[in-house]
Amino acid sequence: MKAFGVLLRRELSLAWGRGGGPLLALTFYACVVVLLPMASGRAPERLAAIAPGIAWLALALAALLSLERLFERDYEDGTLDLLALGPAPLEAVAVAKCLAQWLATGAPLALAAPVAALMLGADLKVMPLLVLCALIGGLAFAFLGGLGAALALGSKRGGLLVAVIVLPLFAPPVIFGAGALDGYSAGLPWTSGLLLMLAYCAGAVALSPLAMGAACRNALD
Amino acid sequence: MDARHTFDFLTNPERFMAFSRWAAPLLGVLSAIAAAVGLVLTFMVPEDYQQGDTVRMMFIHIPAASLSMFIYLCLGVASLLSLVFRHVLADLAAQACAPIGAIYTVLALITGSLWGRPMWGTFWVWDARLTSVLVLLLFYLGYMALRGALEDEQKAARSAAILALVGVINLPIVKFSVDWWNTLHQGSSTFLADKGDHLPAIYAWPAALMALAYLGGFGALWLVRIRALVWRRKARSLAMKLAESAR
Repeated sequence: MKAFGVLLRRELSLAWGRGGGPLLALTFYACVVVLLPMASGRAPERLAAIAPGIAWLALALAALLSLERLFERDYEDGTLDLLALGPAPLEAVAVAKCLAQWLATGAPLALAAPVAALMLGADLKVMPLLVLCALIGGLAFAFLGGLGAALALGSKRGGLLVAVIVLPLFAPPVIFGAGALDGYSAGLPWTSGLLLMLAYCAGAVALSPLAMGAACRNALD
Repeated sequence: MDARHTFDFLTNPERFMAFSRWAAPLLGVLSAIAAAVGLVLTFMVPEDYQQGDTVRMMFIHIPAASLSMFIYLCLGVASLLSLVFRHVLADLAAQACAPIGAIYTVLALITGSLWGRPMWGTFWVWDARLTSVLVLLLFYLGYMALRGALEDEQKAARSAAILALVGVINLPIVKFSVDWWNTLHQGSSTFLADKGDHLPAIYAWPAALMALAYLGGFGALWLVRIRALVWRRKARSLAMKLAESAR
């Protein structure tokens, strides 16, 4: 447990410290949100209809792109070899990395999501739910993205490959989250979407560390 | 025969090559016969009272759609066996069935949209099942991309196998999503559906024959592709030996 705490602190300081920390992901998020009205037209009623969904999807993309090198730098400089020899199993290392990633970029992104949705003209009343969805979904995105990053270890074309592996896995949480947001803003039942997303997130947090550990061990062989 | 050796024809490469040598063409011929008879029956069934002539699309669409999921299951099982037992043939089987599965999935999507145009008035709707079949295609493509991107063949095999197992989680969600959205795509009405909603016998025959044809076609193609991969490995090790002896 102590090893896990040390790891988590290390990952957190790395995630906060390097290259502006969450600023990069937030800027990417802002870029996507700015480009969207340019592409789809700026008519307020049209934007308002898709605002929560877009704020939600851009979040998934920002989460994904900040994850792509989660294991790569440690793999390249040999840190991952040392971590594999350490007292904590590689599964715990993976959990620490994903959790730190979520705290350092997922949570700031979740706080930025309502601002983006507001600028796109979404109704104020969905904002609390949007933050909640973004927090839960962000956790799922972090673990699934970490899984993709671990599987792609050692390939020469990282980013695009990780996206191709991971984006299909994002489908269920994106659908459930958007379902909850849509239902809520239309005044329909929305809790089932939220609960399903919670369930998916719990499954991802529980299962993907096993796959990440196996993938890291495979890459280190 | 010792029970341990029951599956030797699948696990021992020599025995597998001997078995698949006759099994692959046999399956292919059976599949062709079933397809021929099934297609003739397809054009002999009466028109549906609602769908008219387009009901005939069912016989080429539904088997492709079921096979696209079944092949992913095969991919998952082969990947599990290759991860657990480190068995070369299981890994080659996984590698061989991914492109076939992707093609069956594309076939299901194309025939489905050709059927959807006269029935729903559109080639494509973002309905639960259509979307999840499209996601299934993305899973196949992701598997193939990962497999191709890693240079070390053994690492690529293991990494892709883990991804395939992760993707198997997608299959129940494909099924589940139909219930959750419950939109335009009708529920299943084949053999296990409730009474009164099941397929009449005159439609069931060509449907069953076409399903057998698609299944046999998959089996034949799978075996042929595994054989090709085995040969490629043999050729590569021979080339290595040649290079060794030439030095």
